[in-house]
Amino acid sequence: MGADANRPGPLDGLTVIELASERAQFAGKQFADLGADVIVVEPPGGHHTRTYGPFADDVESPEHSLWWWCYNTSKRGVVLDLDTPEGAAKFAELARDADIVLEGEDPGRLDALGIDHPQLRDTHPELIWVSVTPYGRTTSRAHEPATDLTILAGGGPAWSCGYDDHTIAPVRGGGNQSVHMAGMFAVMTTLTALLAKDVTGRGQHIDVNMTACANVSTEAGSYMWHTDKITVQRQTGRHATPVLTMPSQVRCKDGRYVNTGFPPRSVKEFEALIGWLDTLGLTDDCPDAPLLQLGVERGGVSMTELSTDELASAIFGAGREAMVFIAQHIDAMEYFETGQRAGIPCGIVASPEEAFEMPHFVERGFQVEVEHDVIGRSVRYPGAPAIMPASPWRISRRAPKIGEHDAEIL
Amino acid sequence: MGALSHIRICDLSGQLAGAGATRFLAAFGAQVIRVEDPVRKGAWDIVRGSGPYKGEPGLETSGGFNNHNVEKLGITINLREERGKELLRELVAVSDAVTENFAAGVLARMGFPYEELARLKPDIVYVSNSGFGNSGPYSTFKTWGPIVQAVCGLTFESGLPDMAPAGWGYSYMDHMGAYSMAVALLAGLVHRSRTGEGQWIDMACVEAGTTFTGPDLLDYTVNDRPLRRPGMPDSNHSHSPLMAPHAIYAAAGDDNWIAIACRDDADWERLVDVIGEPWAKERRGDPLERRVATQVDLDERIGAWTSGHDRFELAARLRDVGVPASAVQQPGERIEHDPATTDFGLWPVATHQVIGEMPVDGVPAHLSETDWEIRHGAPCLGQHTRQVLTEVLGKHDDEIDALYAEGVL
Repeated sequence: MGADANRPGPLDGLTVIELASERAQFAGKQFADLGADVIVVEPPGGHHTRTYGPFADDVESPEHSLWWWCYNTSKRGVVLDLDTPEGAAKFAELARDADIVLEGEDPGRLDALGIDHPQLRDTHPELIWVSVTPYGRTTSRAHEPATDLTILAGGGPAWSCGYDDHTIAPVRGGGNQSVHMAGMFAVMTTLTALLAKDVTGRGQHIDVNMTACANVSTEAGSYMWHTDKITVQRQTGRHATPVLTMPSQVRCKDGRYVNTGFPPRSVKEFEALIGWLDTLGLTDDCPDAPLLQLGVERGGVSMTELSTDELASAIFGAGREAMVFIAQHIDAMEYFETGQRAGIPCGIVASPEEAFEMPHFVERGFQVEVEHDVIGRSVRYPGAPAIMPASPWRISRRAPKIGEHDAEIL
Repeated sequence: MGALSHIRICDLSGQLAGAGATRFLAAFGAQVIRVEDPVRKGAWDIVRGSGPYKGEPGLETSGGFNNHNVEKLGITINLREERGKELLRELVAVSDAVTENFAAGVLARMGFPYEELARLKPDIVYVSNSGFGNSGPYSTFKTWGPIVQAVCGLTFESGLPDMAPAGWGYSYMDHMGAYSMAVALLAGLVHRSRTGEGQWIDMACVEAGTTFTGPDLLDYTVNDRPLRRPGMPDSNHSHSPLMAPHAIYAAAGDDNWIAIACRDDADWERLVDVIGEPWAKERRGDPLERRVATQVDLDERIGAWTSGHDRFELAARLRDVGVPASAVQQPGERIEHDPATTDFGLWPVATHQVIGEMPVDGVPAHLSETDWEIRHGAPCLGQHTRQVLTEVLGKHDDEIDALYAEGVL
């Protein structure tokens, strides 16, 4: 694609003042990696999220927090004490010079300090101000405590995630996803507001509700209810559905799991599965192979005939059984690669580090080296979520140290 | 006047990973013209004909399709025909962006590589969203949401120790892929607005997914500590930040659960006060380290206590004293009865030509000046073909009649 890595990012020249917060950090990272000058404002001593592990080289110090590193790339950092009049005034001054203010404060806190959006917008109508809060700034629950766990529990995802055995608790999806979902919506809405400003010349306030973000990110969990008041039920490693479905996550010979994808239905898909068995030399050992051939000969199977046509049902079942059979005979990575090459959409259940090391992503330049003087070496980070050759995403610097840019900014 | 009323998108995307991206822009007033195939009746998008149905099963009654395609215009063009291709060229020439989530390379093989799109409209923003992107050894591999989240690390990250991955009980990465696609598209439009320059944005959904795995990945790249290790994943506990107790506990009733998280010592002391049992009082002063080291035992004790309580009443009591807690809410509970969504106006009612009125997902953020609006449901197949050909491409009725007669529309 011929990306010129030295070109500026799409938000080059825009200034973002971010009040450090767990809730909005990921959005701030995206603005920064997209080229905006993001200045993250921390309280004296550094923001609380610097106490979140894991820590680089297991050194528990605010400059070694991998949470902080992860979510604050490409930003510059300053320290201000908003609880002092001088600190609040300085923040207001920075905000007035900015294009975007990003914050995840509890509703009411900035207002009490006299530095909320309503207090600053009159002198700066072009300002876009983004607030990320657990329940939105104006709902009746605005002031209730929350964490990632309680947001995913109350917001829908947890109900759909877990195991077939419902005596086992539902599962919170890992990785701070409430922050990621809200971060995405904060960025999407801010970019929308920037495009609107092209026409109106005016900024505005954006109220991102983390619980609402989770609620609209549950696929059928919500739309089955919208459509017919149907409640989905969680299952191991596959879609929550109103009626139990067959497993699609299968353990391979090496103990690792694959997602088999959907069993074949069309002639082409049955042929692909037959071809895959052949390639692996497993056709003669697979008890379901003859039924797969029958699937080709009768022109595939359709979902609508499964309940009425015994042969169609047997052939469809054979497709699934053959996929399980293959998994039992080869390793997960081989299953993924040879299955995909045979034309079967399937996937290995990779750990994050295994995904990261796949040569495919390395070849695409997904691994990005970032210099970290604190530990005296460079560190590999996940790279661009999308390759934008004319305005590249990039990590321009490691996360800032506490007050690292006080002198040049304040 | 919507925030994006000045933007027109020639949208070849579908399913959720694509449709969910352009849906967002449509809600803010962008003119999203969704192009579907009249020959296969739009069947490339399997959601179009899939349940649950509002009324009789069919191509126009899918609740999922209706949800994912609100506020879009729907047209049909047969791209096998040269005259169909010509119509798409005309549409591209007056569009700001082209979006698709076919397998990598499909649109190019149909005669519309980026070079051709840019010839038709030099500043076009073209976003392709595929599982593995347009380059690299896996570029021909095909994905669905469950496969994307399996390969990128998210499925693995979700589960309890010594068990199979629980993963995500839905296509989380179709949502997050759609959001990533929307960010890429909007960033491309911002760049174009500031420089006059278009581009082809190549998005690989699996890469986007890996960017959502959080600090776990840095623990590997910095400390050489893989997440695939004994006892992990353990995603109902909180390792980053470290908290305990922190889990989902059984509540009174069948398959009822409550999530409780103690962020710090103060939360723990407040929880102990609510529990009020001797075992808890004895442990009131336990520091975080001890709570973490004994959290399996703690979870059992707390679970025995919560199992006698109504999950909503108990969660409210805990929140009242400042401890984060929530019932694991079922769809009807969070959609019908939670002020965090209902006060927010999160569930607009959209009107669909066949389905009629149906609640749909709204946008989980409000803009004070140019907010979103969702009133129209998904388009029926070809519902706006004549309107778009007339108003956008300047065709006359007799031309359009002829195109219909020739099987182009």
